[in-house]
Amino acid sequence: MGEHIQCGDLLDELSEYLDGQAREEVCAAIEAHMLDCPDCRIMVDTLRKTIHLYREQESQLGMPDDVRKRLLITLDLQDWVG
Amino acid sequence: MRYTLARIIPGKQPFELFMHPNDTEKTFTIEALREGDKQAFSVMVEMYSPPLYRLVLRMLGDSQEAEDALQETFIQAFRKIHQFEGRSRISTWLYRIAANQALMRLRKREPVFISVDEPVDTTEGGLLPRQLRDWCCLPEAEFMSSEAAQRLDHAINDLSPALKATFVLRDLQDLSTRETAEILEISESAVKTRLLRARLELRERLSDYFGERLEALDNG
Repeated sequence: MGEHIQCGDLLDELSEYLDGQAREEVCAAIEAHMLDCPDCRIMVDTLRKTIHLYREQESQLGMPDDVRKRLLITLDLQDWVG
Repeated sequence: MRYTLARIIPGKQPFELFMHPNDTEKTFTIEALREGDKQAFSVMVEMYSPPLYRLVLRMLGDSQEAEDALQETFIQAFRKIHQFEGRSRISTWLYRIAANQALMRLRKREPVFISVDEPVDTTEGGLLPRQLRDWCCLPEAEFMSSEAAQRLDHAINDLSPALKATFVLRDLQDLSTRETAEILEISESAVKTRLLRARLELRERLSDYFGERLEALDNG
């Protein structure tokens, strides 16, 4: 990828860019492209928000205590945990 | 998740000590698991059951089935621990058993064959976005509503098992591309392709809903 990228090229680099793993020049090219391309900017922003929403939801997803208790009973380990 | 120390005892091979992240008194070794040490098993179960439960719950979308799959995962782990050769991490091995448990249950539900090896459409037409409404500016309350939570659940449940497993392991459990590839027994490039596809599909589905919410607010 050179200094300038097209919309179609963005997809090839998108995941690494969102994960902060893209090379510096790739990040610069994507950011320069998004300044001139509102559609790509919206796509990237809403994609980032999508991942964020699922991570937020995941952080609230715990294993219920009764599930843990039944697991330990099934495995006959209830006497080994405090 | 891996908390290990190398313990060296004179005259013995060095071995890894797996340590509970919240209680350094709780440890286990692979050797102890192989010897049937229940204390060691209980520490392993305490360490890995929460992330494995979240994996199977996301894969199956049903709390009862997830609980059954979790129990079966550890029953199999106990039975097969002597087959664990240490070529992968113990967590990778457990995740693989859990992912296979979830996939087996999905196969029972669906008459069609379900596999993590299913082909994924990577043509440009299959990946290009359709929805281009900027819903990021919605009020925070819109993202926190119970309806929004249901839409998130529906969107992820509608993903194919191959995409769902990849998204959950990489984005929600924060595992590396390499570890995800080992768990799902696919190549690292397949993980990258599936992760992008999963993210884009989820974005499209959420854009349908949040785009409508944006319009409703604009018109209201």
